[in-house]
Amino acid sequence: MIFSLSITEAPYSYQAATTAYHFAKAALGKSHSIYRVFFSNNGVHSGSALACPPQGEINISEQWLELAKEHNIDLVVCVAAALRRGILDTDEAKRRGKPFGNVAQGYTISGLGQLIEAGIVSDRLVTFGA
Amino acid sequence: MSADLIKKNFLFVNRKAPYGTLHGRESIDATLMAAAFEQAVSVLYLDDGVFMLQKGQQADAIQSQDFSTALENFTTYGIQNIYVDQLSMQQRGLAAEDLLFDVKILSAEEIAELVDAQDIILSY
Repeated sequence: MIFSLSITEAPYSYQAATTAYHFAKAALGKSHSIYRVFFSNNGVHSGSALACPPQGEINISEQWLELAKEHNIDLVVCVAAALRRGILDTDEAKRRGKPFGNVAQGYTISGLGQLIEAGIVSDRLVTFGA
Repeated sequence: MSADLIKKNFLFVNRKAPYGTLHGRESIDATLMAAAFEQAVSVLYLDDGVFMLQKGQQADAIQSQDFSTALENFTTYGIQNIYVDQLSMQQRGLAAEDLLFDVKILSAEEIAELVDAQDIILSY
């Protein structure tokens, strides 16, 4: 079965982001595939390259990147939600006169159409939020 | 698999009061996007979400953007299936004439049927 995930809450603040990761690993372990993970609302903070969780804690952004690389998963951060919250890629930062972009390499900033398209082409779209 | 060949039933469930959170705004954006993808879109207002449909909103008083007009324009984008939960309205003292426009008022049983008919449900 093809799954896509929608993550709507911030990493660390809520269990949702971590639960989504464990769900993805379990699904992959059962030979399902993950087409896309879509980060929106406060979930966009998962895409920050600047998060420095204290030693001994997990790094949620990096966990997703490793899983995505291994299983060819599309990691998409919602552009409208990201811009509001100060998550930008280098091009967008330049365009808006900001000093730098901060989205982690491996995440793509794109529109809500990516969420709808994921719902259309996946067998299941599962939301993880508060 | 090409997305433009597939038509699914999308339901957008709105459960939170407008403006206090960003959920209302983000729900409207996603709903319009699903309509743009020519999907079969339904929208349901439930719990405090029914306040999104209330007439006379003055969002500028709290430096927010009023989205009444966006909701009124749903039909322009082909979104005809707009539903509200009868019990949620009743609990909050809202009647049909308090709402921005005519919506279908559903009982709990009818909501269960609506939910059952969906492929994708996104809750805000």
